[in-house]
Amino acid sequence: MAKFTLNVNGKAHEVDVDPEMPLLWALRDELNMTGTKFGCGIAQCGACTVHIDGQATRSCVTPVEAAAESEIVTIESVAGAEAKAIQDAWIKHDVPQCGYCQSGQIMSAVALLRETPKPTDDDIDAAMTGNICRCATYHRIRAAIKTAAAELKS
Amino acid sequence: MQFLFDKYDPANSQSASEADARGDFSRRTILKSIAGAGAGLVIGLHLPTAAKAQSGAAAVFQDGAAEGMFAPNAFVRIAPDSTVTVLIKHIEFGQGPFTGLTTLVAEELDADWAQMRAQSAPANNELYKNLKFGVQGTGGSTAIANSYLQMRKAGAAARHMLVEAASKAWGVPADEITVKKGVIAHEGKGKTASFGDVAEAASKLTPPQDPFLKEPSEFVLIGTDLPKLDTKAKSTGMAEFTMDKTRPNMLTVLIQRPPVFGGKLKSMDDAETRKVKGVVDVKEVPHGVAVYAEGFWAAKKGRDALKLEWDESEAETRSTAEIVDDFKKSAATTGRVITNEGDAEKALSGGGKTIEAEYVFPYLAHAPMEPEDFLIEATEDGATCWAGSQFQTMDQGAVAKTLGFRPEEVTVNTLFAGGSFGRRATPVADIASECASAVKAIDAKRPVKLVFTREDDISAGFYRPLNVHRLKGSVDADGNITAWDHVLVGQSIMKGTPFEAMMKDGVDPTMVEGASDLPYAIPNKRISFHMKTLKVPPLWWRSVGHTHTAYSTETFLDELLAMGGKDPVAERLRLLGDKHPRYAGVLKAVSELADWGSQVPEGRARGVAVHKSFESYVATIAEVSESDEKGIPRVHKVWSAIDCGVAVNPNIIKAQIEGGIGYGLGHILFAGINLDKGRVVEQNFDTYRSLRINEMPDVQVKIIKSAEAPTGVGEPGVPPIGPAVANAWAKLTGKRVRNLPFATDAA
Ligand code: FES
Ligand code: FES
Repeated sequence: MAKFTLNVNGKAHEVDVDPEMPLLWALRDELNMTGTKFGCGIAQCGACTVHIDGQATRSCVTPVEAAAESEIVTIESVAGAEAKAIQDAWIKHDVPQCGYCQSGQIMSAVALLRETPKPTDDDIDAAMTGNICRCATYHRIRAAIKTAAAELKS
Repeated sequence: MQFLFDKYDPANSQSASEADARGDFSRRTILKSIAGAGAGLVIGLHLPTAAKAQSGAAAVFQDGAAEGMFAPNAFVRIAPDSTVTVLIKHIEFGQGPFTGLTTLVAEELDADWAQMRAQSAPANNELYKNLKFGVQGTGGSTAIANSYLQMRKAGAAARHMLVEAASKAWGVPADEITVKKGVIAHEGKGKTASFGDVAEAASKLTPPQDPFLKEPSEFVLIGTDLPKLDTKAKSTGMAEFTMDKTRPNMLTVLIQRPPVFGGKLKSMDDAETRKVKGVVDVKEVPHGVAVYAEGFWAAKKGRDALKLEWDESEAETRSTAEIVDDFKKSAATTGRVITNEGDAEKALSGGGKTIEAEYVFPYLAHAPMEPEDFLIEATEDGATCWAGSQFQTMDQGAVAKTLGFRPEEVTVNTLFAGGSFGRRATPVADIASECASAVKAIDAKRPVKLVFTREDDISAGFYRPLNVHRLKGSVDADGNITAWDHVLVGQSIMKGTPFEAMMKDGVDPTMVEGASDLPYAIPNKRISFHMKTLKVPPLWWRSVGHTHTAYSTETFLDELLAMGGKDPVAERLRLLGDKHPRYAGVLKAVSELADWGSQVPEGRARGVAVHKSFESYVATIAEVSESDEKGIPRVHKVWSAIDCGVAVNPNIIKAQIEGGIGYGLGHILFAGINLDKGRVVEQNFDTYRSLRINEMPDVQVKIIKSAEAPTGVGEPGVPPIGPAVANAWAKLTGKRVRNLPFATDAA
């Protein structure tokens, strides 16, 4: 056990945990922020995606000690023009089915638009292949990202 | 608060305010059982109220107290502020019943969509049974189909009472009153009222026995793309799943299950586990060894440190290849015959061209995005569960049995589930039972949340059963199919479970559905099956038997058509004749949608398949090319046409077909569960490969206009995609893939 300061969504939180504990479980079990999901635990599915210093990161394989001192943003308070455009587009296209993967999908999509405001299909593939959706809402995810990108341009 | 039954005696309830909060049961029988049971049930009756707080999503769950709620029946609640909450008896895990069932009520109620809310109904067979199953549960793509009249009647009854109340208040005949978008009006008198205005008066009236229902031509909401009620919560991280639920003082439990199916614990050394900080206890439970900890991480670390020995003497310890060989031996012989027309054997040796083909379908895990989980808090008087429960009353029964309660002392709060595809609908209630056993093992001292890791999920069994099919067919000189002989070898899902009652004459319909009812006019047909018994637990998996029967029948047919030099669409239509207009309807529709017969881009080919499942008809065309991966097609485009009767919400239907295509495609191409000396080889998404966005085709869906009663949409999109892709692949490469998934066949 060791003490760490986690800066999550603009607030500092003290946690006293196993340094190896993945950030995912610190968020969920220690800070009770459950918007970030557990899907595989081995960086295969993207359900646990958060932004660490602006980068889309799989929190299930990021030890708390590696995330301390960084700026962490989760689905609970992802904000800004890209986030708004993405979430609005998600609603417009009725993207979610079961919804369980969608926090991660949205975090990856927001990071994509921040880097690449006008993503091509290949850009979308590259940024989103790490996010599995077992309900296969991919078709709408792609459409929604394009809608959000168009919205941002205007 | 007004109740709708005269004999209700508030003295029987715990307190007036509790009666208010639970004002959602209008049947005396329920009230009687409340009066007789302990506090557990009273908590249970708070459920719909409590449940709404869990989502944080106003669009789904109604805010505000149940005070003054008008409860005309078990499904509809109208609050003074005019919000209408529909109690949904089916679990919402993506297929859209929250929105669909609410639409049915809103339609007959003539409500405004903005005033509609949905929340999960409690576990109660009498009130909330699936009318197709006789028990509460979701599956078989029946949510809309079994609720279509029931929910419309529930809405119509509420409307009738609201109108009657307004008619009394205004002194005008009821038939002069109109209701539109939630506004009750009398034109002559210039009067208008909201639902909330007359709700209290309405609650004093007697519900009509047989309320008047609209004609389909009068529908205002049914048939429109109403936005889904749960989308916002699921786009903001607010939707609450079982995984997210906590209770004060709760422990997280991981169970180490045997490494082989049928294995038993021989010895346990938990010394290292107990040293892990955060681990609270370790117990042997019927399903293995449970590690109790403060949070997931400690439970996982603790479980990893267990030293266990297993008795494998009665376990399944064969490898996949051995099992397949055994199945193949059976497939070489005719099994129990279920369809026999003409004389297939004679026709096969009648001199035409013949083909014989053997298909191998692997075990498949459902791998819902949210791994399995279940939360139970028990007291002396009963237990409360939170779960993505798909068979609520079966889970309730299992928990009650394990913990020594009566079922009515167990409350089941159904939360959103992160997918299921059948996995949460085990006849043996494995998830609920495991959690209950873990609670029992610590004398219910603390609430327990059982969590599966992804590895647990994928290796725990309850698979789409392994199947081997053998088909023989013949074609005469004119290219006409003269014989069809189909042998299926698989495992029964129903045998030995409460569902065995649905088996007739020893035939499990889920083993042969989609093969036994082949619609094509072939003069000599024989279909038979062998039922195998293995320790690997089988389960329904999105579209069940159709997952393999659609593939083998539609690809084999395609092969025979190709041998006879026939067009896959035209000849299918001819073989369907005029006996199967709905099959033919979707096939024609999809061929128009895709412009079948038009020029296909260089390096690509198209294939088609049509299949009926869950009373819905789907035809699919896929366009493929070779991908960078050897033996794996790249699927560019898919066109599907579905006939599912009245399309309650076309947008949701399209989403289900898109999702079904993606789910079906991912497994046909990539996924299979293999055993190595009984041990599950695939453990996580690195080896149990899922479809990803770059592999998802562009999908176009056409819904056939129909006035028939609605049928399933959650599953029927799955069966035709595999054979459509395989047929396209055969056209492109000449290779018929019969050893699934494609990735295995290529290797
Ligand atoms: S849970 Fe982190 S990638 Fe799957
Ligand atoms: S919406 Fe269910 S996994 Fe993506």
